[in-house]
Amino acid sequence: MTNHWIDLKNSDVILIMGSNAAENHPISFKYVTEAQNRGGKLIHVDPRFTRTSAKADIYAPLRSGTDIAFLGGMIKYIIDNRLYDEEYVVGYTDASLLVGEGFDFKDGLFSGYDAQKRSYDKSKWALQMDANGVPKRDMTLQDKRCVFQLLKTHYSRYTPSLVSKITGTSEKDLLEVYKAYASTGAKGKAGTIMYAMGWTQHTVGVQNIRTMSMIQTLLGNMGVAGGGVNALRGESNVQGSTDHALLFHLVPGYLAAPATNWPKLEDYLKRRPKSSDPLSANWWQNEPKYMVSLLKAHFGDAASKENEFGYQWMPKVDAGKAYSWLDLFDAMHQGSIKGFFAWGMNPACSGSNAGKNREAMAKLDWMVNVNLFDNETGSFWHGPGVNPAKIKTEVFMLPACVSVEKEGSITNSGRWMQWRYAGPKPLGQSRPDGDIILTLGNKIRELYKKEGGAFPEPVLSLKWDYANSHGEFDPHKVAKAINGYFLEDVKVGDTVYKKGSLVPSFAFLQDNGTTSSGCWIYCGSYTDKGNMAARRSQQDAPNNIGLYPEFAWAWPVNRRIIYNRASVDLQGQPRDRKDWVIQWDGSKWVGDVPDGAWPPLQGLEKPDSKSRWPFIMTRHGFANIFGPGLNDGPFPEHYEPLECPVEKNYMNAQRMNPVAPVWGGKADAYATCDPRYPYVGTTYRVSEHWQTGLMTRPQAWLLEAQPQMFVELSEELAALRQIKNGERVKAVSARGSVECTAIVTKRFKPFKLGDLVVHEIGFPWHYGWRWPASGKEESINLLTPSTGDPNTRIPETKAFMVNIVKI
Amino acid sequence: MALTRRQFVQVTGAAAAGVAFSGLGSDLTPVRAHAKELKTKGAKETTTICCYCAVGCGAIVQTSQKDGRVINIEGDPDHVINRGALCSKGSSLSQLAENKDRLTQPMYRAPGAKEWKPVSWDWALDTIAKRVKATRDASFMAKNAKGEAVNRTEVIASAGSAALDNEECWIYQAFLRSLGLVYIEHQARI
Repeated sequence: MTNHWIDLKNSDVILIMGSNAAENHPISFKYVTEAQNRGGKLIHVDPRFTRTSAKADIYAPLRSGTDIAFLGGMIKYIIDNRLYDEEYVVGYTDASLLVGEGFDFKDGLFSGYDAQKRSYDKSKWALQMDANGVPKRDMTLQDKRCVFQLLKTHYSRYTPSLVSKITGTSEKDLLEVYKAYASTGAKGKAGTIMYAMGWTQHTVGVQNIRTMSMIQTLLGNMGVAGGGVNALRGESNVQGSTDHALLFHLVPGYLAAPATNWPKLEDYLKRRPKSSDPLSANWWQNEPKYMVSLLKAHFGDAASKENEFGYQWMPKVDAGKAYSWLDLFDAMHQGSIKGFFAWGMNPACSGSNAGKNREAMAKLDWMVNVNLFDNETGSFWHGPGVNPAKIKTEVFMLPACVSVEKEGSITNSGRWMQWRYAGPKPLGQSRPDGDIILTLGNKIRELYKKEGGAFPEPVLSLKWDYANSHGEFDPHKVAKAINGYFLEDVKVGDTVYKKGSLVPSFAFLQDNGTTSSGCWIYCGSYTDKGNMAARRSQQDAPNNIGLYPEFAWAWPVNRRIIYNRASVDLQGQPRDRKDWVIQWDGSKWVGDVPDGAWPPLQGLEKPDSKSRWPFIMTRHGFANIFGPGLNDGPFPEHYEPLECPVEKNYMNAQRMNPVAPVWGGKADAYATCDPRYPYVGTTYRVSEHWQTGLMTRPQAWLLEAQPQMFVELSEELAALRQIKNGERVKAVSARGSVECTAIVTKRFKPFKLGDLVVHEIGFPWHYGWRWPASGKEESINLLTPSTGDPNTRIPETKAFMVNIVKI
Repeated sequence: MALTRRQFVQVTGAAAAGVAFSGLGSDLTPVRAHAKELKTKGAKETTTICCYCAVGCGAIVQTSQKDGRVINIEGDPDHVINRGALCSKGSSLSQLAENKDRLTQPMYRAPGAKEWKPVSWDWALDTIAKRVKATRDASFMAKNAKGEAVNRTEVIASAGSAALDNEECWIYQAFLRSLGLVYIEHQARI
């Protein structure tokens, strides 16, 4: 989230799309309701009428997988009716920047497409630069090559009638939503978006979110209270685990994983593009300080200037190759992966095309499964239809303790790092995950010390002194390592920071090995003033908008609303005087921690040279409406899901995203517009279960409330297929089948796409054969496909084609 | 009588547990006296953050001093996000901690075996360490097919986890990367 949970109350219009917050993030609704009580409006756009819809002022249904069409229509509406915030768009976004002649869009393809490689040459989308290397601009937004005009042209095709034919949303509903949301373009009004996996789990997932981000910048909603782009994340520490890079393409703090195109550390440190504009902070130019401090945190004294701070001890990925979830299980399915840690995860149920994952596990030599309960992954070798005698995989099942039995921090969706304490001791022989990792590390290091082995340097050089006096994992030691230390006396300005003291903020990190920091964005979280994440102050900030700056700690630098310098006018005064975030008092910023201490711009003609453009994380300092970085084009375009109910994309000549990854093995079968699978299937959660259900299915109350796998379908489809409410049916896709109890509701309605009637049905994804004890409830991911977004490679589990048949 | 918000919740909690009283305008002394006799008397109180979704709601864990187990977990009224409220999952947190089906000892399944076998931590971690080392040593790639230095293994993979604390995530990634893993993934990808 650019903003945070409490801040939702400051919104004038809340759009919930790709989320059912009332049921899946129930406490968030406290603040949605508060916004409504303050006169705000709630809009819900979703294929299904949920409890979120029931609380909404406006509900509009749409067919799964058509969000870009829906939102592209909103961009057209905003531009046609001049409802954008012109001051903001001209001053703070890239709307005025000129795009080079290489950029083009035709027949659903951007320029630079290579059909063989299914990828784009992004250099075709470059901006025009002046003689000084600064982007050329047209502040009147009239130049045909300026981003604003290209945007206008691109979305001119997204007419209400065409959008309606694609989405199945009526033109009346579309316009009602557009009108209500576009009202937040007015000065002093804030609109926010709450989205979740309903947006990410598509072959166009990133572009779904980008379309909305573009709307937010057009309406001046980024950086303001009650605004922003807010991902409602699903696990208690998915934010923290992402920040700390349990992902193939990153190392902690959103730094790229070392790759073959940066063979030396010096290549890596030069990788970020420079900006020649003195007004662009281009914050990522500081990356060398963060990377070197990270290497010092990893390897301690063993990391020196002479050995590139241990850069060669980090594994390198092949440049351009993906090692993502889908790729990982494909490699395992082919038998090339022999050892596997499933640590606090249940891929036998959680992964798309889970049947393929289960087959893949049988090809492993060994698996280590760490969990609270026995589960479908660790026990795959005696799952339904599996003969244990034929499975050669050795499995180690290690009992972890629950969160209330250990100490440490987690980071919520609003980037708040919060400390929790140990209540009871771990049950039985269960142990904190940290303790298991530490002990296993000790044992592996001992083996390398004793026996040697392949390239032992990184194993033995790793700084691994995180035990307390009892030899157990000490979370405080790691939290301090993540924050970072001064490793020498370091003079910054007039102050000397002593060797061994904790670094107070990432502004003090160095690229010469004199500081360490395990994750630069967490620098400042645990300082000589104490553990900031453990703070509990009830005091709000002077602007009284619910920032609670001394309750827990938020990255970066305890900033609660990021891009907040875009919330003020050129003189530094809040554009919303009631719910202001920061303001310039003549000598400094007050309110939230500002996005940099630079003074206000004062004007666009001759900006104060000491100032900086507000979007400091982008190269040129502006919010990117034109996004040259994504793999599927600089403007989002509607493409159909891999499996869809229409023969052709009504918007353009490409049916599906031309760069989305597709696998061709037998286990990856897919079927589009196939009469055997006539209905759109989608997945969702219920309040009473969580994820694959492993932490809820073994609980009596929650299982009683939601006891079994079901399929939800409309009354119309039930009548057509003569399926009765409560009847057991079988759902099938090109990849598998799952038994479900039919729930016939008014919450799904057939979609009318022109003359075509399309039925959509929905499934919860919380079940698996191990719990409940009947063994009859299974995971819907046995039906979902092997494809995903070309940028994130998140699987497309929100839109696929299925059938339901009576048993 | 001045009541802090926390005491107020304790008292009203006692009322919900069946103590007859006619409303909070009355003298609460007897109710408070009764509250002291509840099973949470003398319990250790710790704060926690809910382990389900990422709203980050606060809760209070009451642990018995007698057997060291959880007696009750309820919303934390002083937590600025949830102000004491919890959803259905958060309200059931105590059933996650106190659950007869939890794993309480390491288990091992040998190739072809039909059943789990309980094993000691030492044996399990020693054996895993040997497997990791053998697999890593046999598969370690100093260079890729193009001859570029990569120092990695593509033969061991890891999935997990958003269920770990920050500090655990950080040392886990450091541990995996020191071994040379590149197949490192977790919930954020799916």
